Amino acid sequence: MKVSYFPGCTLNTTGKGFDNAVRAATAAVGLELIELAEWNCCGATYPLIVDNMLELAAPAHVLVAARNQGSTVTTACTTCYNVLKRTNKFIREHPDERERLNAFIEAEYQGEVEVKDILHLLRDEVGFAAVQEKVQRPLKDLKVACYYGCMVLRPPAEVAYDDPDHPRSLDDLMTALGAMPVDYPHKNECCGAYLTVSAPEVTREMVYTILKSAQLAGAQAVVTNCPLCQFNLDKRQAEMAQFHAGFQSLPVFYFSQLMGLALGLDASEYGWERHYIDVRPLLNSLGL
Amino acid sequence: MADAENGYSKQVLIVGAGIAGMQAALDIANSGYQVVLVEQWPSIGGHMHQLSETFPTLDCAQCILTPRTVDVGRHERIALYTYSEIEEISGTVGDFRVRIRRKPAYVNWDLCTACGACTEACPQAIPVAFDRELELAKVMASGKVRLVGTGKAIYTLSPQAVPKKPVIDVRYCTYFQKGKCRLCEKVCPVGAIDYEQQPKWIEERVGAIILATGYELYPLEKLGEYGAGQIPDVIDALAMERLLSASGPTAGVMRRPSDGKEPKEVVWIQCAGSRDPEQGMPYCSKICCMYSAKQAMLYKHKVHDGQAYIFYIDIRSAGKRYEEFIQRAMEEDRVLFVRGKVSKVFREGDKVMVWGVDTLTGLPVEVAADLVVISPAMIPSEGTRKLATMLGVEVDEFGWWTERDGNLAPLETKQPGVFLAGAGIGPKDIPEAVSQGSGAAGKVLSLLSRWGGPSDPASE
Repeated sequence: MKVSYFPGCTLNTTGKGFDNAVRAATAAVGLELIELAEWNCCGATYPLIVDNMLELAAPAHVLVAARNQGSTVTTACTTCYNVLKRTNKFIREHPDERERLNAFIEAEYQGEVEVKDILHLLRDEVGFAAVQEKVQRPLKDLKVACYYGCMVLRPPAEVAYDDPDHPRSLDDLMTALGAMPVDYPHKNECCGAYLTVSAPEVTREMVYTILKSAQLAGAQAVVTNCPLCQFNLDKRQAEMAQFHAGFQSLPVFYFSQLMGLALGLDASEYGWERHYIDVRPLLNSLGL
Repeated sequence: MADAENGYSKQVLIVGAGIAGMQAALDIANSGYQVVLVEQWPSIGGHMHQLSETFPTLDCAQCILTPRTVDVGRHERIALYTYSEIEEISGTVGDFRVRIRRKPAYVNWDLCTACGACTEACPQAIPVAFDRELELAKVMASGKVRLVGTGKAIYTLSPQAVPKKPVIDVRYCTYFQKGKCRLCEKVCPVGAIDYEQQPKWIEERVGAIILATGYELYPLEKLGEYGAGQIPDVIDALAMERLLSASGPTAGVMRRPSDGKEPKEVVWIQCAGSRDPEQGMPYCSKICCMYSAKQAMLYKHKVHDGQAYIFYIDIRSAGKRYEEFIQRAMEEDRVLFVRGKVSKVFREGDKVMVWGVDTLTGLPVEVAADLVVISPAMIPSEGTRKLATMLGVEVDEFGWWTERDGNLAPLETKQPGVFLAGAGIGPKDIPEAVSQGSGAAGKVLSLLSRWGGPSDPASE
């Protein structure tokens, strides 16, 4: 099937490896992503203030571009997903504000487009069973801690396509790829998000809680679907041993990277060199 | 019972034999009128029967309840239908027609002498609703520890049950599931086991109805942040009552489910679902502050070196001698009250970690607990809506019975002849439920007295 694709700024820049892997892995399972002919930044946060019209303009503009190209738009960036999904819902449910917004961006948009996270499409449209059939190199013996973060789960009534407290879509995908997802309680804990800029020590401690819990459960690596989470979980490990004696680092993958590897695709452009914690020793040791 | 002059029935239907329904039944029957009392559980007494002790007096719940249940059970003017459901109601005040379905117990209760041989012989240990489906650690012959239910596939609710007659839970019974066993049949000295028993239908004509349908607790499965019912040492408050009860599955010895150890750190979590518009229940469940203080107190009486924490939003102790009771929990029993919500409960090793906040200090709190007791929202008991549709009586958006007038007609409905009592109207404690039982009985009696005095059942 063909679906409109919104890469977003992160996947277009620092997350290029994630983007490459997403495009290759989805194509390999029959999901054809057509990049929006015209797109801009999604706004990066869903506004929480009352007079939020201006901040909705950017995501609304993306939704209009998506409407002009098809009925569903997908993105692999969880933040973009969260912003677009909630903006769309807001537009659908608030006729007065919708009118003002349309006047401002010079469009006629009623919320016709469906916004779906890429993992949601993989689960419900492609199906993990179909993914499993295409696996060439099962990720045998790889114990992964699946990490979802907040953006695809909260607020549940607006964005969640999975159980917000006990999500399992990533775990099920990893199982389909032959890996062994471990059970641990912090799959959906906040990673610290943008505090990584203003208060990196706070983020570091939040990351520590998550990684420690994953390690206690026996994980050799973390896999995530969120670029900001990936950055925090990966980058904040650099100074971790200074504050937590004996801390052993843990590679942090994007799910699409592992998917591409398992499907036997050429993984040379998956941005391995951009990881702060080198993932290659682990991959080599598993013969991947 | 029809009156010769106006044809009205002076018999009364009461739905639900909890403490409210029983009170109403006794008041009406003692006034000389006939009562039909219908209960879906195998025995009467309702949730009060499950409780260890009552607040604020710490009376043993079963000790004060059993004289009532016995009175109801052998009252000559109360026709008791337990393990039964209302299937159909039609008609109007003075002339309601009721169809009652009696579920098959697979035991002939007329023959059964309540000797208990069947339960003893039954090889299937199962989780039972009366014990909140608790499963407790048990060392098997192989040396492995397994979680095992506290009842048997053929069971009575408790040693004090009225009526004290067993039922078979076919979902677990080896014979019903696999076609062999029949051990209970072999040991029954009077041949009362009847695997072929069918449901029975009973038709009654009544002049008035009291709905005393009661409440349930919001299921832990729906509280994802508190472990979604998947952590054995996270239990709900009624399960804690069973663990504290001298007639409960541990005989009142404080042991936690997962490994049978004595819990040294116990956390109570208030307002789990209640006062939470996102869960769909913005209302206060009213009794949790008091029973949690009571449970924490009872726990401390059993485990002197244990620590009890109660996380609360604010303490609602409005009632006679209630606030004094809370103070006693704090001062004499050293229960630690933490003002704040708990955000997350999860397992770490053999501990249950509790993440919360103390809003008085503004600091996050983490407790490595051995046992966590949740106070889930009270919700209307199952079947309330169905009954509402049958009767044309309104329920509110949460499913609680709607009074004819919340201020001035709190025990009446918009349907003439249909009255309300107990926690089916909304969360309430025992004294209030009992008062309403008597109140509804008074309403019914004033109606019946207008149709003439009680008549001799034999004349019917």
